Amino acid sequence: MPEILDQARAQVLGDGVGLDEAGVLAVLNLPDEHLPAALQLAHEVRMRWCGPEVEVEGIVSLKTGGCPEDCHFCSQSGLFTSPVRSVWLDIPSLVEAAKQTAKTGATEFCIVAAVRGPDARLMKQMREGVAAIRAEVDIQVAASLGMLTQEQVDELVEMGVHRYNHNLETCRSYFPNVVTTHSWEERWETLRMVRESGMEVCCGGILGLGETVEQRAEFAAQLAELDPHEVPLNFLNPRPGTPLGDRPVVEGKDALRAIAAFRLAMPRTILRYAGGREITLGDLGTREGLLGGINAVIVGNYLTTLGRPATDDLKLLDDLKMPVKALSATL
Amino acid sequence: MTELVEPVAPADRAGANAPRWCDRCGDEAATGAHSACVAARVLEPPRYCARCRRRMKVQVLPVGWSAVCVEHGEIRG
Ligand code: SF4
Ligand SMILES: [Zn+2]
Ligand SMILES: [Zn+2]
Repeated sequence: MPEILDQARAQVLGDGVGLDEAGVLAVLNLPDEHLPAALQLAHEVRMRWCGPEVEVEGIVSLKTGGCPEDCHFCSQSGLFTSPVRSVWLDIPSLVEAAKQTAKTGATEFCIVAAVRGPDARLMKQMREGVAAIRAEVDIQVAASLGMLTQEQVDELVEMGVHRYNHNLETCRSYFPNVVTTHSWEERWETLRMVRESGMEVCCGGILGLGETVEQRAEFAAQLAELDPHEVPLNFLNPRPGTPLGDRPVVEGKDALRAIAAFRLAMPRTILRYAGGREITLGDLGTREGLLGGINAVIVGNYLTTLGRPATDDLKLLDDLKMPVKALSATL
Repeated sequence: MTELVEPVAPADRAGANAPRWCDRCGDEAATGAHSACVAARVLEPPRYCARCRRRMKVQVLPVGWSAVCVEHGEIRG
C-alpha cells in the first residue's frame, strides 16, 4: 500500500482531517495499480463523514449566452465564435423546469445565468421566479449568477435562495490562463460575502483546462481552504468555437484519481458530478466515481448540453443501494 | 410552427428530404464528414437550422430542449 494511502486512512478516514496539497498531489500521481485502493478509501471516507445518501440536483439556464466574460472553456461567452445565442427563459417555463426536476426526487434546483453579475432585469426575474417556484414546488432553490454586490447577496437571502454557486474554476496560479476579464480574487470576494450571509457556499471548477497535475492539487487545497458546503466537479467538454475547443478530454483514470483526491482533501463536502462526466467517464466510470468519493449528481440536462436521462442515474443509485437524500434531511 | 425532430442519422442525409446544413457545425451537410457532429448531437441540442443555416435560439431544459429559427419556427427534442 503506498504510504500516502496509509497516511490518508489514519488522518482522513480516522480523524476527518483532509489531505494537504502535497498529499493530494501524491494521490494524483498514484500509478494505475493503486487507483482502486484510492477510490475504495475515498468511498469509505465519504460513507463515514457524509453517509450513504446522494444529493440530487437539477439545473436550468435562466439567461443563456451573450456573456461579456471570456472564460476560455465557455460556449456562452459572447466574445468567441461559439454558435450559442442569447436567450431568456420565461417564468412559467422556469417553474415547469423546477417541477420536472422535483419529480426525479431531486432536492435542489439551481437557477443559472450567463452573466458577469446580475443587473436589475435579472434580479427582477429571480425575485419573480424564485417566489413562483417556492409557491408551487417542493424543492430548495439555489442560484448561480456570477459575481455579486453585498446588496445582491442580501436580496438573494431575502428571496429564500439557500445556496449560491460560484466556481473558482481552476487554481489561482492557472486562472489567468483561462479567464482575463476578471480575477480569481474577485471570485473569492463574492464567495466570502456569500459565506458571511449564511447561504451555503457551492464552489468547484473544471478539470482538463490545461492545468498541470500540480495545479490540480493546488486547486483542491484552495477549495479545502474555502471549505464549501458543496464542490461541483466538472470535466472539460471542449466546446466548438471556444479557445479550449480543441483540447482533449480528461482521461477516465485521471478523472477518477481526481475524484478520490478531492474527496480525500475534503472529507465532509458534498462532492458533485457536474458537466462532462458522460464523455469523460461513460457509464462504467460514472459508477466507479460514485464508489470513489462522489455523493451528489446533477440529473437531466446541463445548461447548453444534454445529460443522460435522470432515470438512468436514479437506477444506478438504486443498484448501488445509495438512497437519494430526502428534502426533510436538507431542511 | 412546431415539429418534433430527432438527430439526423447519417443514412438519412443522402435522402431526398436530406437537410442542406449540418445542425451542429452549420457546414453543408453533403460536404465533408459529419460523423463527429452526429455523435456529439446525442448529448447536444442542434445549433443551426438544417434548412437555412441560421443560428437558432436554443433553450436547454432539465428534460428536453427547444430551438427556434426566425424563419422556420421551433423544433423540440
Ligand atoms: S462568466 Fe460564466 S457564462 Fe460568462 S463566460 Fe464565464 S463561465 Fe461563461
Ligand atoms: Zn457538422
Ligand atoms: Zn431556418
